[in-house]
Amino acid sequence: MTNDTVLKIPRITPKNMTEKEFFYGHKACAGCGGSVAVRLALKVLGERTYTALPAGCMAAVGFIFPQMAFNTNALITTFPGVASMASGIAAGAKALGQKDFKTVCFAGDGGTADIGLQALSGMIDRDDDVLYICYDNEAYMNTGIQKSGLTPYGTLTTTTPAGKNIHGTKTNKKNLFEIIAAHDIKYAATASIGYPQDYINKVNKAKHIKGATFIHVYASCPTGWGTPTNTSIEIAREAVDCGLIFLAEYQNGDYKLNKNPKEFKSVKEYLTKQGRFKHMTDADIEQVIAYRDMKWERMRRNWNS
Amino acid sequence: MERPVKKDFKRPTHINDYPVGPQYEAGHLAETNASWRSVRPVVDNDKCINCLICYMVCPDGTIMKTDGKISVDYDYCKGCGVCAHECPKDAIAMVKEEL
Repeated sequence: MTNDTVLKIPRITPKNMTEKEFFYGHKACAGCGGSVAVRLALKVLGERTYTALPAGCMAAVGFIFPQMAFNTNALITTFPGVASMASGIAAGAKALGQKDFKTVCFAGDGGTADIGLQALSGMIDRDDDVLYICYDNEAYMNTGIQKSGLTPYGTLTTTTPAGKNIHGTKTNKKNLFEIIAAHDIKYAATASIGYPQDYINKVNKAKHIKGATFIHVYASCPTGWGTPTNTSIEIAREAVDCGLIFLAEYQNGDYKLNKNPKEFKSVKEYLTKQGRFKHMTDADIEQVIAYRDMKWERMRRNWNS
Repeated sequence: MERPVKKDFKRPTHINDYPVGPQYEAGHLAETNASWRSVRPVVDNDKCINCLICYMVCPDGTIMKTDGKISVDYDYCKGCGVCAHECPKDAIAMVKEEL
């Protein structure tokens, strides 16, 4: 997409955003970051949206009969099959001759990076007209905080407990964004609910692209992370500011870093605020910083030409 | 109002009252979430500069921006305090709920 077509997309801001709510009265925990991601995306995409959700928090909190929180056409899919289901919906709507609609998936990090990866890969391969949004709260929160492929090093979860010898998760976060971009997808981006306008812009951009698009949005979880409910947005913003989460886009074969700070904020401050990282020693934090620096060095070398 | 409101829901008494198949009307709300709250956000509209940050970051979408003034839908606010924490002008105060 050239710059001219970018300019044609009407910019969506909170001032001109629709007053309608499409994810309302749900039963998510107070301060839930994932529901911010779902709510904002649906407000950008509008009424004519098919929503597919695999098993996960947003499916669990949105459909508690007779409390139906989704105001769009929404359905729960199998855990590994959200992308295939959305492909089917998009194909079916096209066969019926429907126009001016968008199909969107909201999957958690487990439903995307672990269980749903195969279906997602197929969806991108077929280039179906689906926007796939992965809200990443870094563990299987719905089932009680188990480790997923996107859980970062040192996180305390119920399946990776922290003790004297092992300090939480031993593996690093999967490079999901790069995996998706390697499919040569039309558009992929990472975002954070800590920067809501940036996230809205990316959803808006993906809305106007015909074909498979993917957005990886970092969404905090006060219950699973052991943070106060009112700091949900702040903690998602700090994750970006300290460099553990990056904001980037992939389009037309080019990577672009949206935010390339000269100096990072303190990682230690970000980690020690959260219950899930409380046990980490200085050596663990050093390792997190070393991994971050390695990743940023690689991204700056390869992506920002 | 653009938001769905609580509708009366009659508990099914007969098998025929249940929906056919696992589907139901979108946006049907049978109950409110007000009882979740221990503190409530109170907006000071004199301090408010209408930046709409609270409107964007509310997880429940309960902040309303009618006629340039911010108000809160207390039926569905869970009292998480994100709006008060993010407000750049400290125009939202979290006040303890009185029974």
